[in-house]
Amino acid sequence: MELRVDAARIDRCRALAQAIADPIYRFIAAHSTVSVERAVLRLLGVDGVVGEEVPLANAVVDRLDPARRASGAARWIGAAIAETGLDVAEAARALADGRVDVSSLDVTPPEIARGALRGLVDAAMARVRARRAEREALLARLPQGEPPLLYVIVASGNIYEDRTAAVAAAEAGAQIIAVIRSTGQSLLDYVPYGATTEGFGGTYATQENFRIMRAALDDVSERLGRYVMLTNYASGLCMPEIAAMAALERLDMLLNDSMYGILFRDINMKRTFVDQHFSRMLNAAAGIIINTGEDNYLTTADALEQAPAVLASQFINEEFAHRAGMPDSQIGLGDAYEIDPDVTDSFLYQVAQAQLARQIFPHAPLKYMPPTKHMTGNIFKGHLMNAMFNLTSVMTGQSIHLCGMLTEAIHTPFLGDRALSLENARYVMNAARHLGEEIAIRPGGVIASRARWVLEECERRLERVASVGLMAAIEARAFADVSRAPDGGRGIEGVFAKGADYWNPFEEALSPAVGAAR
Amino acid sequence: MRLVRPYGDTMDDGAVQLSFTLPMPWSEAADEAARQLVAKMGFADVAVVDGRPIASGFSFFVVYARTPVSVDVSQIAADVPAPHAMSMDEIDDFVRREFGRKLVVVGACIGTDAHTVGIDAIMNMKGYRGDYGLERYRELSAVNLGSQVSVEELVRFAREKSADVILASQVVTQKGSDITNFTALAELLEAEGLRERVVLLCGGPRVTNLLAQELGYDAGFGRGTLPSEVATFFVHRLKEKLRHVRV
Repeated sequence: MELRVDAARIDRCRALAQAIADPIYRFIAAHSTVSVERAVLRLLGVDGVVGEEVPLANAVVDRLDPARRASGAARWIGAAIAETGLDVAEAARALADGRVDVSSLDVTPPEIARGALRGLVDAAMARVRARRAEREALLARLPQGEPPLLYVIVASGNIYEDRTAAVAAAEAGAQIIAVIRSTGQSLLDYVPYGATTEGFGGTYATQENFRIMRAALDDVSERLGRYVMLTNYASGLCMPEIAAMAALERLDMLLNDSMYGILFRDINMKRTFVDQHFSRMLNAAAGIIINTGEDNYLTTADALEQAPAVLASQFINEEFAHRAGMPDSQIGLGDAYEIDPDVTDSFLYQVAQAQLARQIFPHAPLKYMPPTKHMTGNIFKGHLMNAMFNLTSVMTGQSIHLCGMLTEAIHTPFLGDRALSLENARYVMNAARHLGEEIAIRPGGVIASRARWVLEECERRLERVASVGLMAAIEARAFADVSRAPDGGRGIEGVFAKGADYWNPFEEALSPAVGAAR
Repeated sequence: MRLVRPYGDTMDDGAVQLSFTLPMPWSEAADEAARQLVAKMGFADVAVVDGRPIASGFSFFVVYARTPVSVDVSQIAADVPAPHAMSMDEIDDFVRREFGRKLVVVGACIGTDAHTVGIDAIMNMKGYRGDYGLERYRELSAVNLGSQVSVEELVRFAREKSADVILASQVVTQKGSDITNFTALAELLEAEGLRERVVLLCGGPRVTNLLAQELGYDAGFGRGTLPSEVATFFVHRLKEKLRHVRV
């Protein structure tokens, strides 16, 4: 099943995405954020909390006045270690509680501070590489099965209940488990600590929760003889820190979008652009597959009209990911089955969009999201809509398949809902496994015409964005009909210009990998 | 008096379908456990038509049964806030005629809830199912504050703008967070002395008008509500309120 697509037009879209990214990357190169600095500290081994549940990484960065912050947090923790001989955890505590005054470290030569961290940086990079090698060995020994990989969500708020649900879902056929975060975590400017049992609409992402879930899924992977992947969310104000924790705890996927937080969470765009870049450099090194959030364009506006916006965002996300050193095989571009089911030929339009993405991004592990917007309390119709979504996914060769729940509009899934959903997906995908290879798309027909229109309209959108610049375009409602100002939104106060002596040892350590992938 | 019970294929057969999960491995005994459980709920002729394992330690069942109970529908009044919605133009005319000024409508998805699908459907220009959103009304000055707006922020904004109508939306309902947030909003408006001046409405997939009134709201709107239905309700309610104030 091949669409005839205009290769020259695709090339032009990619060139436009590059032109859109260029000025953004000049900004990124010259700036850092408090969350990038905290991620650096976490990678160096700064963990735990002080006082009333303030993460140690936050406490250290908060001690840095703007002038010293511009040098990067690494310089100061390195100097503290060099001057006191303490280990990294103790040195961080000493900085946090003021036993070591940052101003007393001005005299420490930068090369001494760097030298003090060399072993810690090497150890962190070795750990990230080791976790990646572990995953590769597990996947070789316990193959996942063929895509579309069945992905389900657990979201009880209690990590221990989530664990029960995740193991049950894996037994019922799930190949990927995502732990949805507590609503509101994206707006916290710190990462909560420890195992958590209270959350709203989801469970807090903490390093300990990552460990608990990873261990449970490793157990069930061995028992089932297939590797079950773990997903969480590197989005919001702590995007780089979540990426660091995920790299250390062998998560396999992260929701990570270059614009989602800006548009849908009103997080400052400069903060997001800088944060997504460092996050993706880490994801690239850790072998973590990112999932981008294009489905959100469709749930907040009309899916028929927004199809070109989805494709345009996919081009931009791809370009941003490439610039962070991610290979295509780690870029899970998103789309969703959200066209109004009452629209005649809605299924054909969905097939057109899904197949178009498949052909434009042939090596990307495309992430396909189920109907949500038009799901109602009518679970019987919802189950049928999910079946049509499952059919679209298998016939167009999608890679990461978020299984739709018949109770989508009603409650966070019951254990039985997930089992029914997985049964639906397995049935449809098995029944139509090779359908895509058996059929041809009629030239000039509904599917072909729709795909051509989407690509043409996408190019026009990218041209408009490129002509005014991405930041101005976002302000002018080019995406999701939302206007965000370059200096508006949450987290702008955490963005700062790098000083002449700025130093981030992980940026250095990760950069060669970036060069190789470009 | 008219007694009604579920209809399968014969009047008054009471036929009902149920499905549920039990936290036990599947076996013949699990089927029997499911049957007894449904019988204990008061159902008769219980038939467990499907029982199977769905994970280690969990089984899923589909059950048909008959209920002996009925309800008297002559005693039940439908509870909908605005049965006959006016059109956008009719509402604009109504506002011009009755108030002689634009009405200020402020909406938000409150607390930590980030799901704006409901408030967006009602307020954003585009609207929902072909029914334009409140931002499009000529005689309304409608502001959608979006997601994760604290109750304090919403009240502060409503005071600043002299809001006539406040819309609060909640999609996430886990552990009663929606009720907590709705209650906090009603209480804060009361404490600030604003409650009597505004029409206070809530919405969300799990909201019913009955629940809204229990929480001290003027009305509540559930799934599938159109913007014009909400607007019809609040223009009439506001007119009533102002009449009380004048008298």
